[in-house]
Amino acid sequence: MGATSLTKRARRPRRPAGWFIRRVAAYAVVIFGAAFMLVPFLYMISTSLKTSIEAVKYPPTWIPRPILWRNYVDIWSALPLAQVSFNSAKISILATLGVVFSCSLAAFAFSQLHFRGRDLLFMVVLATLMVPAQVTLIPTFLLFRELGWVNTHAPLIVPAWFGGAFGIFLIRQFFLTVPQELADAAKVDGCNPFRIYWQIFVPLAKPVLATLAIFTFFNSWNDLLGPLIYLRDLKLMTFPVALTSLSGRYAVNLPLLMATSVVSIVPTLVLFLAVQKYFVQGIVLSGIKA
Amino acid sequence: MTSLTTAGSPTLEPRRGLGRSLQRLTYSDAFWAGLFLIPTAIGLIVFMLGPILAAFGISLVKWNIVDAPQWKGLGNYQTLLHDRLFWKSVWNTARYMALAIPLEMALSLALATALNQGLRLQSFFRTLYFTPGVCSVVAMALVWRQIFDFKMGMLNGFLKLFDVAPVPWLMTTATAMPAVVLMSVWQGVGYPTILWLAALQAVPQVYYDAAVVDGAGRWAKFRYVTWPLITPTAFFMLVLDIIASFQVFQQTFVLTGGGPRQSTYTLVLYIYEKAFRNFLWGEASATAYVLFAIMLGLTYVQFRMQRRWVHYEIA
Repeated sequence: MGATSLTKRARRPRRPAGWFIRRVAAYAVVIFGAAFMLVPFLYMISTSLKTSIEAVKYPPTWIPRPILWRNYVDIWSALPLAQVSFNSAKISILATLGVVFSCSLAAFAFSQLHFRGRDLLFMVVLATLMVPAQVTLIPTFLLFRELGWVNTHAPLIVPAWFGGAFGIFLIRQFFLTVPQELADAAKVDGCNPFRIYWQIFVPLAKPVLATLAIFTFFNSWNDLLGPLIYLRDLKLMTFPVALTSLSGRYAVNLPLLMATSVVSIVPTLVLFLAVQKYFVQGIVLSGIKA
Repeated sequence: MTSLTTAGSPTLEPRRGLGRSLQRLTYSDAFWAGLFLIPTAIGLIVFMLGPILAAFGISLVKWNIVDAPQWKGLGNYQTLLHDRLFWKSVWNTARYMALAIPLEMALSLALATALNQGLRLQSFFRTLYFTPGVCSVVAMALVWRQIFDFKMGMLNGFLKLFDVAPVPWLMTTATAMPAVVLMSVWQGVGYPTILWLAALQAVPQVYYDAAVVDGAGRWAKFRYVTWPLITPTAFFMLVLDIIASFQVFQQTFVLTGGGPRQSTYTLVLYIYEKAFRNFLWGEASATAYVLFAIMLGLTYVQFRMQRRWVHYEIA
């Protein structure tokens, strides 16, 4: 920021013409990018408000005539949408809580406690980042099948409660920046490590915990492969897998399919817009320290 | 910690009714670390190390949902090497990488560079570019499937303005992969844009001033000041992008189902269908291990190569 204002001050009097052209070019690029990002959303919303006849008209119309708000009512009876929403919310929230809880505990141990083999164990955890999920997919599936958990939500929730390399790494990076004096003072006052974790580190780490929570929530909400493998009944399905299984059936009724898609992305959009500051910080944090 | 207990603070007098050894145990870091790491340790064994070993074991047997496992040695790997579809999916993954990575990197760098000119609404645009990335790939792929539609799709409608004849995007082997890539770039471009922007903002202005004194033009400034200083970001993104390219699944699953004529059939789709359509656990596990090996190999090569082009000497 400071750097750019410096450029402006230095340039403006000397080369106003060049500066102006550069500005216009920059805005052109940025606005082109914005249009590219927005058009599919506009198309989706527009189609979701059309009649099924208008939806397949060529050339496509931007503003539907008539605007069929009713589509958003109809989808709730056309498919078990309330159930699907509930499933998605339940799985994502429980998985997110699990990841934040288990990763922050481990991150505290890896950053604040001293024990033999700590760095080795941490390296092992980090190394698992390199393992593609497809390698563990089949044994994990067979394990859950043995447990009789196929066609339940458990396989999509339970593993989240047992840590994860990315989350541990992200939180540990933050915990390492907490001044040592804070923990020492608490120790002198007789706090045990759990209280130090719970009453000092967790409150301090709220931004980074929020970042991890959002990442996890989005991943869980948008995951297709897990639900595709584990869930059979439409009653149990989450949005992505319900959408794929309905997309064949609803190919005829495009507006309803689009309306359902809109409903499925609204929670992530709202959440993202509400917390985007944390989110951007988290991305920069996770990107810079790698 | 033990040094603290002998510091003489009154709160740290040994509590009555507790044995000294028990107290030392509950004060020791190792004890607490053990407690804190219970979930992670279980997860590491049950959901990571165990399955990694098990997958290798499974890759050596013939096993399906009905019959008992049968020893095959490296037979599954041999089957794989002779499977045309396997090579096709490796090739498709390579094609995806060759198209998507340069396109995404160039587009995101252009957007970040433009945003870095001190434009108004910078954070608004940054947020907007990231928005597709938080949306469900499945939901957005259903939208893009319509956009790519031959007859009524918007993309062909747009191209018609430039007198381009309609293209059956998802229906020809030549255009299906570019279409998948276009959608992926649309969803993925926000993340690198944010990283580039952060990297660009971290370049000290004095370097540019010095370059101007030395008579550097705009291109020279980018080539000799900006680019060397953002190569660590470029390297990080390249590593992540290559790993992510091997995981492409949802887009092709919804947009094309791997077709037409398997021109968008990816490795993950291959594993998925082997394992959960045909129930060939052994062959699917062998494929997963090959995927793992290729990824490790490529990452290793990248780390070896980084010395040639990545500069870490930022002050």
